[in-house]
Amino acid sequence: MSTSLHERTRERIGENVRRIDGIPKTTGSFAYGSDQWHDGMLWGATLRSPHPHARIRRIDVGDALVSAGVQAVLTHEDVPGKKTYGLEIADQPVLPWDVVMHVGQPVAIVAAETPELAKRAASKIHVEYEPRESVLDMVAALDPAAPKLHHWGNVLRHVRIEHGDPDAKADVWIEGYYETAMQDQAALGPEAGIAIPAEDGGIDLIVSTQWLHADRQQIAPVLDLPEERVRMTLAGVGGAFGSREDLHMQIHACMLAMRTGRPVKMSYGREESFLSHVHRHPSRVWLRTGASRDGQLVSIRGRIVVDGGAFASSTSAVIANATTFLSGPYDVPNALLEGTAVYTNNPPCGAMRGFGAPQVCFAHEANLDRLARELGLDPVELRLRNAVSIGSVLPTGQVIRGSAPTRAVIERCRDLPMPESDVPARRHAMTFPGGAGNVCHGEGLRQGVGFAFGYKNVAYSEGFDDFHQARVTLSAGANGPVAEIHTAGVECGQGFSTIVAQIAREELGIQDVVLHTADTQVESAGSTSASRQTVMGGGAVQMACRAVAEVLFARALPGLQQEGTLGLADGQVVANGAPIADLLDLLDEPVTVTRTFHHHATMGFDERGQGDIHWMFSFGAQRAVVEVDEELGLVKVVQLASALDAGRALNPQAVEGQSEGGSAQGLGLALMEEIVLREGRIANASFTDYLIPTMLDMPPVVTTIVEDPEPNVAYGAKGIGEMATVVSTAAIVAAIRDATGRELRRAPVRPDDIVGLAEEREVPPWPPVPEVPGQRPMPEYFGAAPDQSELRPTT
Amino acid sequence: MLIRVCVNGDWREADAWEGTSLLSWLRDELRLVGSKNACEQGECGSCSMWLDGEMVCSCLVLAAQAHDRQVRTIESLSAGEQMHPVQEAFVHAGAVQCGFCTPGLVVAVVDLLDRDPDPDEINVREALSGNLCRCTGYQKIMDAVRLAAESRREAIG
Repeated sequence: MSTSLHERTRERIGENVRRIDGIPKTTGSFAYGSDQWHDGMLWGATLRSPHPHARIRRIDVGDALVSAGVQAVLTHEDVPGKKTYGLEIADQPVLPWDVVMHVGQPVAIVAAETPELAKRAASKIHVEYEPRESVLDMVAALDPAAPKLHHWGNVLRHVRIEHGDPDAKADVWIEGYYETAMQDQAALGPEAGIAIPAEDGGIDLIVSTQWLHADRQQIAPVLDLPEERVRMTLAGVGGAFGSREDLHMQIHACMLAMRTGRPVKMSYGREESFLSHVHRHPSRVWLRTGASRDGQLVSIRGRIVVDGGAFASSTSAVIANATTFLSGPYDVPNALLEGTAVYTNNPPCGAMRGFGAPQVCFAHEANLDRLARELGLDPVELRLRNAVSIGSVLPTGQVIRGSAPTRAVIERCRDLPMPESDVPARRHAMTFPGGAGNVCHGEGLRQGVGFAFGYKNVAYSEGFDDFHQARVTLSAGANGPVAEIHTAGVECGQGFSTIVAQIAREELGIQDVVLHTADTQVESAGSTSASRQTVMGGGAVQMACRAVAEVLFARALPGLQQEGTLGLADGQVVANGAPIADLLDLLDEPVTVTRTFHHHATMGFDERGQGDIHWMFSFGAQRAVVEVDEELGLVKVVQLASALDAGRALNPQAVEGQSEGGSAQGLGLALMEEIVLREGRIANASFTDYLIPTMLDMPPVVTTIVEDPEPNVAYGAKGIGEMATVVSTAAIVAAIRDATGRELRRAPVRPDDIVGLAEEREVPPWPPVPEVPGQRPMPEYFGAAPDQSELRPTT
Repeated sequence: MLIRVCVNGDWREADAWEGTSLLSWLRDELRLVGSKNACEQGECGSCSMWLDGEMVCSCLVLAAQAHDRQVRTIESLSAGEQMHPVQEAFVHAGAVQCGFCTPGLVVAVVDLLDRDPDPDEINVREALSGNLCRCTGYQKIMDAVRLAAESRREAIG
């Protein structure tokens, strides 16, 4: 089990703070999900569907049950409670009883004495399938003649945003069509954890996840246990990027542990990891951008279709995001934006860093570049002319408030220094496209520069009850006052733990902070996703610390009204800057306070797609410089320059880390990352075949942090975990277009696309608009309310 | 079969199924879990360690191949509070995020600096290109290598 982290330092808000978990992570002592161990534990294994769509005729577990070392073989018949689950809609069988919906769907589970014996037994389960016609194309899924995958049909959600007069006349129209591929989060830590049966009939589950409480809300009803008997503790998380939003091995390990009465560990291998978590939605975007001759946007019509795969996951929220951002962070008075998410028999898609925003940024930025060319304008100037600002009205009717330093973001990105270049003869072969392949020495080399601007919502939208609870205890320690922080907020690597420790030091004027392992002994912290934990968790910890301070003030000056002049600094209560009491003298009794931070309410879409859908926005820009070997179709990204709207950077080094790492994932989608599907089967489920950027692929990333504090949140900080990923793919592909003059409608760009070997495909017609009763996810019109309490709209 | 390996200076014995990798044997039998399991096919470098002084991906080495040989893992580089300068450099430079790749990268950087105490940027990138990191974009890892090389030179010179 992972242990609490303790750090003694003076570093506070706004400084580069060493990570609170840095030492255990570099020495190898930090315990991830896959490192969990318990005496007497068994190992779980999963049998998965080989078919994208098939009826299950029969499951025969006889041979598996008598296989060596086997302690349990479970199927749908063994699910103790509710048979389905899901992050937003419970449309996913724990184990299927009639139909399998995608390749890789779990069908049966096994517990055995060793991992090898468990896998061997799983291979001895005989399942008789009757293959069915599959739906493998997102637009084909809209065909009324296509097989119906759920009883509400193949449309998961259709969102329609109508603003102003979409038929408004423009001088110039740009028609664009764009596609992005299915991307994998490729977190290095596999899905893993351990379930330990407890004497009270409940279960202790130690697992790598992004949201303990949402997991528990899905797990408990399936196990037929009250929530309080499902006790969850966070194991170290080896990266997430959205892939751990949905359940993976949690329920299965609990079922096996409850059946066998022994602890059960499950730890997926890389191939199984690809099969078991949701991916970034592949997208198709049709976009018509209208502008006046002088470069003002007049009207935008857009349509996006995303492939949600077999089950809902968080797709309904992704399509809402994508549709609201489809026209980009620009002032456009007239718009008709429509987004459709469909079910297919492909692997399920859900959350990945950016959550619908990277796909539409790729499209709206490509259209703007073409518009700039058409009008003879500088592309950066065109963006400056149209960027939203405070008071701008978005196509949803939402007015931008708070901080929106869009011009500063664009200008500062533009003004970052360009990379220095050397004559080819003096360059190392490794610096050319193709690098270690030693295929290029400077001949046929073209340089290109691309620019992209984008935005994204921070925290949850559409009226979801978004909160984070924190408990802070201040007590007297041997070396001074010690603050203990307890929240269920998940540290995935982005630095949440370090931020909240900084906040406690800042607010309480102390040095010693102990951070408890996240668990379900406090209320929900919400998910570590949507760039929200710095704002939400930071807000909760700040509130709790300030309440602790109030208690200390009352102890220092009982009965006195000294509001506004008291503070905490260097272990003292100070009045007007002068020490009046030592904290240690006030802490005979520790102070414990629990506080919950909510962000102000958002709304759902009305029938015209209007409403204050989002809470806070963060903006980002990126400039990419590439070199392209036109003969071989190879690309070397030379430099990425990134401007991020952080509100205020609480830990600048960590903001840079998000910029650099987020850019790497954007570069992956621009150049190399694609889950290749053949008949619904992932053809490249390994790190040999699914390539993520290495140190040789990544250029230097130059980052400038734009600080324009957001009102009414802790220290004015915004979340920036996703911004670089939102804009990076668009900027890099724009740079390749600049270098090659090619249209490049699809990411990732492949060598064939650059050398002109790719088959020329006609732009497909705009797909049919499905008939839907309203803007909500379709299952809700068929009585399937969201399962997660936080996800139920409050309005 | 019984496997006997000198791990970080101590001779250790444990049973192993014939197909067990050195990585799994260390993690599951000896409970040395500092070396990580991320790809199982030698692509990501998370399981990097030394076998008779040579850096290997331990997921590609059978436990049986390590029989009667010397293995050195990430656990050998620190003792209590005392960290290796490369580990210090990783923490200081902000080169750690989720940390899953970090033990393998630390091993790879220690190995690089032992061979080449003053590597230029291209040599660093080439030497570390077998270690995947999904969080950092590698820039702060690059910074950590520079920092570690500097402190190593200072310590020596």
